[in-house]
This record gives sequence, C-alpha cells and structure tokens, in this order.
Amino acid sequence: MKINNVILQFTAKFVFFIIFFFAVHIFFAGHYTPGGGFVGGLVTASAIVLLIIAFDLNTVQKLLPINYIYVVAVGLILALGTAAFSMFVGEPFFTHFFDYFYLPLFGKTSLHTAALFDLGVYLVVVGVTMTIIQTIGEDE
Amino acid sequence: MTYFIWSAIVIIALSMVALLFRVVKGPTPSDRVIALDTLGIALICIVGLYSILVNTKFFLEIILLLAILSFIGTIAFSKFIEKGDIITRDDSR
Repeated sequence: MKINNVILQFTAKFVFFIIFFFAVHIFFAGHYTPGGGFVGGLVTASAIVLLIIAFDLNTVQKLLPINYIYVVAVGLILALGTAAFSMFVGEPFFTHFFDYFYLPLFGKTSLHTAALFDLGVYLVVVGVTMTIIQTIGEDE
Repeated sequence: MTYFIWSAIVIIALSMVALLFRVVKGPTPSDRVIALDTLGIALICIVGLYSILVNTKFFLEIILLLAILSFIGTIAFSKFIEKGDIITRDDSR
C-alpha cells in the first residue's frame, strides 16, 4: 500500500538542518555551559534518524554516503591522539593546553585542545549510534 | 508572581497525572500516542515555568531538546501505527 507522505518528507528535510545546527551549537557551547560532544552526537544521530524514518534506509544511504564504522575509527584516533599528545612533550597523560588567539572574524578567542578531544567523542557517538540503529533497524 | 507560577506548575503536574492515566488506560494506540506527545509538551511547560522561577537560562536548551525528542518519537509512533514498521529498507514496496 503506497502512502502519500509528502508533508512528512518535506518537513523532515527542513527540520533536519534545524536539529543539525542545534547540535553544532550544543557542541561548541559545551566549553563553558551545559552541552558537549556526547549530547551533540546524540542530537546529530537523532536528526539522521528523523531522515531515516521519513524516507528509507536506501535513500538516506544515497543522501549521506558514509560508512559509520570509519566515523568511529576516526573519532577514536582523534580522541586518543589528543590525549596521548601531551605524553610526547613531557606532560602527564590527558594534559590539555589552551591559549588566547586573535582570529580575524571572532576577535579574542580561547582555543583549547579539549575541543579536539570532544570532536573525537562526537564522532564516536554518531558512529556507534547510527551503526546500532542501521543494524537492528532493518527488517530483513 | 511566585504563587502564580507555583500554582501553574501544580496544575500542569495534575494534568500530567491525568495524561499518564490515559497512557495506561487508553483504549486505542492513537490515544496513547497523543497522550505521550502531550506529556512531552507538559514537561516542556514545567521546565519553562521553573526556569522563570529560578531566573536562569541554562534550561532553555533542555526545552529545545525535549521538543526535538518528542517530535521524533511522535513521528515514529505514527509511522508504526500507519505502516507496521518504523525503519524500512526500501519504501517503494
């Protein structure tokens, strides 16, 4: 039985970007306020899940041709590399560095290596969640 | 003003109890889905009133997060009622 779900698919295409940019906002707000890589990853995964529910798995795979196992691998390399970098300069494991820079558009900005670690956590959470949902969600 | 907000919170909490009764009792699955969606909205209202009460804006992101999760949950339940499964491999069958 073919169901006419034009409104749902149009709304999903629109709302996907709202949820994704909210996830980016939560990721960068996690430095000083509640938020961070884990919540941002979960919100991004829920945005992709909304696309999967509104369309189907093959369409979303054509839309976002990502193998999520590789996303998990890249995230783990980034997180562990950031954590292990401080060992090569003579500091204890997981020591983070920060400094203030003058960027052309943002003005005085504090850049912190914990953001790179958080990006690794973000990629791992997105990859693991989407792998689980794609594996147990398909019907055959 | 504080008494007004507290009484509003109590009224919304009582309505959440009634909605929970509808979730448990509800004769058809559509009643349960609508009751769950309204529970999410009542939760959003309580978080908003509480953030007015304690005069902070850290809870406003939680409101957007709850709205997103409630929206996706309602769509998933609706597709389950309509088609029988939530995630399909090929939609053209």
